[in-house]
Amino acid sequence: MKKLLIAAGALMTVSGCALMQPDYNKMTLDVLKASFESKHIATVDRLNQDALQAACSEAEMSGKDLDPTLRKKLEAAEMASIKFPADGKFFGDWTKAEKIAQSGDGHTWKKLKAGVQNGGNCYNCHQITKKELSYGNIGPSLYQYGKLRGTSDDIVKYTWGKLYNAKAYNACSNMPRMGHKNLLTEQQLKDLMAYLFDPNSPVNKD
Amino acid sequence: MIRTQRAALLAVLSSALLFGGPALSAKSESEQAIDKYRELIADGNPAELWEMEGEELWKKKAGPKNASLEQCDLGLGPGVLKGAYAQLPRYFADAGQVQDLEMRIAYCMQTLQGTALKVADYNKADHKKVIALATYVVTHSKGMPLKVPQTHGEEKRMYEIGKRAFFYRAGPMDYSCATCHNADGQRIRLQGLPNLTKNEPAGKAATSWPAYRVSNSQLWPMQKRINDCYRLQRFPHPKFGSEVTVALSVYMGVNGNNIPSQAPTIKR
Repeated sequence: MKKLLIAAGALMTVSGCALMQPDYNKMTLDVLKASFESKHIATVDRLNQDALQAACSEAEMSGKDLDPTLRKKLEAAEMASIKFPADGKFFGDWTKAEKIAQSGDGHTWKKLKAGVQNGGNCYNCHQITKKELSYGNIGPSLYQYGKLRGTSDDIVKYTWGKLYNAKAYNACSNMPRMGHKNLLTEQQLKDLMAYLFDPNSPVNKD
Repeated sequence: MIRTQRAALLAVLSSALLFGGPALSAKSESEQAIDKYRELIADGNPAELWEMEGEELWKKKAGPKNASLEQCDLGLGPGVLKGAYAQLPRYFADAGQVQDLEMRIAYCMQTLQGTALKVADYNKADHKKVIALATYVVTHSKGMPLKVPQTHGEEKRMYEIGKRAFFYRAGPMDYSCATCHNADGQRIRLQGLPNLTKNEPAGKAATSWPAYRVSNSQLWPMQKRINDCYRLQRFPHPKFGSEVTVALSVYMGVNGNNIPSQAPTIKR
């Protein structure tokens, strides 16, 4: 009984605090919901965060790293999402990959033209080939990716996983979950894999 | 004139690319080329054309009420242009909300002239007048320190919401504003990305718009800038003047306070 009373007292203190301080998180959610409208495939349900997005937003705003236990849990869940190629083949056609790496098409407010696939947005953040000088720096350089790392089973599997769901390796990575979120097709991922590892692709040859 | 400027950009860039040396120096070479190009064109910012049009729209009687906008209160009193933009967004008692420059202009068009702007017409029809008017208004704050107020409760609330919206990750790519704008020296392709959590870059960014964008020959005000950021983030579509857009402007503006206002500027 005494314990119960203490617990009730503690609850009241907590809710008392909550009353005194405005709940800005709740207000922000309400403002977001009122501010956006659906356009083409970009519907308002995109505003709903999953557990990982919510945890990373909070961590980034506070400037503190994720709690290690939470990080482990989130990364394990993302790791479980990774699907390896059904046919066991990791490498597609590297000659088709440059176009994927260059393109930022898709997933926005406009319908793509017939025959146009979603792009990977790769150059927005990564250096990839020697020839393309217009590259971003939010992600690390991928120039000579395969040449520097070799083609062991481990590195190949890791790279597939990283493309498929980068959050499995670093929960709050800036890189989109290309496979898990269906941003690119399995074939496109295979083409990018070939691009990164094939000694004749411009990533490694030049 | 615009065509010539594009040609100048291409010439400067391609010479940098041809003689640019190893790929690792791409940043410095290409960015230097872009800086040089900006210098070349800075004397003749086509935004002046919008500014002139805006001045006309400000002074001309128009709308069902056949009135000019000269009595519009941008926060420092009816008709006061000087320094008004440097103190926006702010809370307006008559409207009962925090408004940014574009919303305030739209409000004045509505109340003084009787012209109602449709949200869905953003960047079309009468909304184009808002962009010209905004360009005219900002020139009267050029060089003046940014002083986005935080005195009214609503202004403080909008800052707190803007901060949370800035870090809010969502959508298929998990992006937030912070993905690009929470660190120094970041680029998408060759486009430098200001760190909006720091005073100087936040102040410069907050006061950069309207800006003339050479790449598409358009004049973009802040609402359009934020709108396109959300497109790139793969978010749904933010409505014109919606609270989140104003909250983000408050967050950016307060972070950038005391930095001299730059608008209108010219961009790649």
